[in-house]
Amino acid sequence: MGKRVGMEVSIAVAEAIGLCNVDVVAAYPITPQTHIVEHLSEMVADGHLDAEFIPVESEHSAMSCCIGSSAAGARTYTSTSAQGYALLSEMCYIASGLRLPIVMNVVNRALSAPISIWNDHSDMMMSRDSGWIQTIAENGQEAVDLTIHAFRVAEDPRVYMPFQVNMDGFILSHMIEPIYMPDKSEVDAYLPSLKPGLRLDPQKPVTFGPVGMPDVYTEAKVAQDAAFRNSKAVILEAWKEFGDKFGRYYKPVETYKAEDAETIIVTMGSLSETAMSAVDHLRDAGQKVGLARIRLWRPFPTEEFFDVVKGAKNLVVLDRAMNFAGNTGPVCTEIKSILFDRGHSANVFNFMAGLGGRDVTVQNFEEMVQKAATSKAPAAYEIINVRE
Amino acid sequence: MAKETGIISWKQLNLGVAITTPGNAAELRTGDWRSQRPETDLETCTKCGMCYIFCPDMVYSKNDEGFYIQNYYHCKGCGICAKECPVDAITMVQEEN
Repeated sequence: MGKRVGMEVSIAVAEAIGLCNVDVVAAYPITPQTHIVEHLSEMVADGHLDAEFIPVESEHSAMSCCIGSSAAGARTYTSTSAQGYALLSEMCYIASGLRLPIVMNVVNRALSAPISIWNDHSDMMMSRDSGWIQTIAENGQEAVDLTIHAFRVAEDPRVYMPFQVNMDGFILSHMIEPIYMPDKSEVDAYLPSLKPGLRLDPQKPVTFGPVGMPDVYTEAKVAQDAAFRNSKAVILEAWKEFGDKFGRYYKPVETYKAEDAETIIVTMGSLSETAMSAVDHLRDAGQKVGLARIRLWRPFPTEEFFDVVKGAKNLVVLDRAMNFAGNTGPVCTEIKSILFDRGHSANVFNFMAGLGGRDVTVQNFEEMVQKAATSKAPAAYEIINVRE
Repeated sequence: MAKETGIISWKQLNLGVAITTPGNAAELRTGDWRSQRPETDLETCTKCGMCYIFCPDMVYSKNDEGFYIQNYYHCKGCGICAKECPVDAITMVQEEN
């Protein structure tokens, strides 16, 4: 039944990739993803992992290698952060359009400028529309579990799609946490070997990535969209089976004291643990506050999310990236659209916080909830914790 | 892919819009863009094959008599063959429509 270890989360994720029998790793190191790639490189060099490690010259080449490798039918992995994501993003859209089941950890970091190696979700929001399935981990255990789950879903013949597992830079990647590492045999039983739908094969030639003239491009996107939406059922099924095998069950939207809450805080990733402490404090003070944490970001779990928040009067939605829309942030935009489509009116307060590694404290969450409780007219968004 | 047009239901597309029939680009009619077509005067032609070598679309193929003959299904009328022909045997002729 595996064993409980104290391990840096990046190392644990790299070990999990090893447990998944990955065939090819093509990656370029970038802070704060570095330890994952370094450790994988060591595992291959030391003979602990029978895989090809391709030390490419850039992230663009990393994803290009991954596309070739996955098209050839190999189980393929990469990892990146921030500007690294930006450089490989061109190829990400090709990976999803070609329906290649590549798995990538994005260790979330702020996009420059100014240069910041610290954590926020601007790289994740940049990747929002890339056609990759996306989950985001709250803690080290989740980072490991979601990564194993990612291979299972990506390679399912009903899906065949690339999968991005997000984890907060430093706050998760560089922490030493107690983690249950599954046994190899358990992972083998959960994750069957990859059976590619189509692959590069000299005996049976195929063309990946032909030109799509105006009379076929729309149909190509309809097919991709249908498969993307249908992937949710497989994501849920694979989580159920993960729980049955490993004892840890995951849902697209996690809740904490949300059932009777008048105000629900909406978060993603590791900040949710701070938010839970704030919920406890506010509950102690007699306020009906709860938390909804989005774990599945793409495809967005619309029904599940609405079920969680439909009883709340106020929503306090956190965005950890500037989107420069002159309007609501990316997470909140998603949520407002869900509420509007259902004719549901709640007071939605959008706060931008935790940008470029700025701490968000329990007190900050309490301030956000107080603002929501006392204000009658929410602004489109508000950036908190700013020095005037 | 449906021949020539690519017009097909989204449900019939291959995974990732891959093409599983090698060489099917030859089925696509690219000769309908043409405003002029090359015609060869076989009396002048020396069978040197320069048209065959220079044609960017592999329109020319050798017939039994050794002449290089155009396949107008793919010819876009670029005129390179006429320009390169060393004995000026190829004339670009205006298409009617």
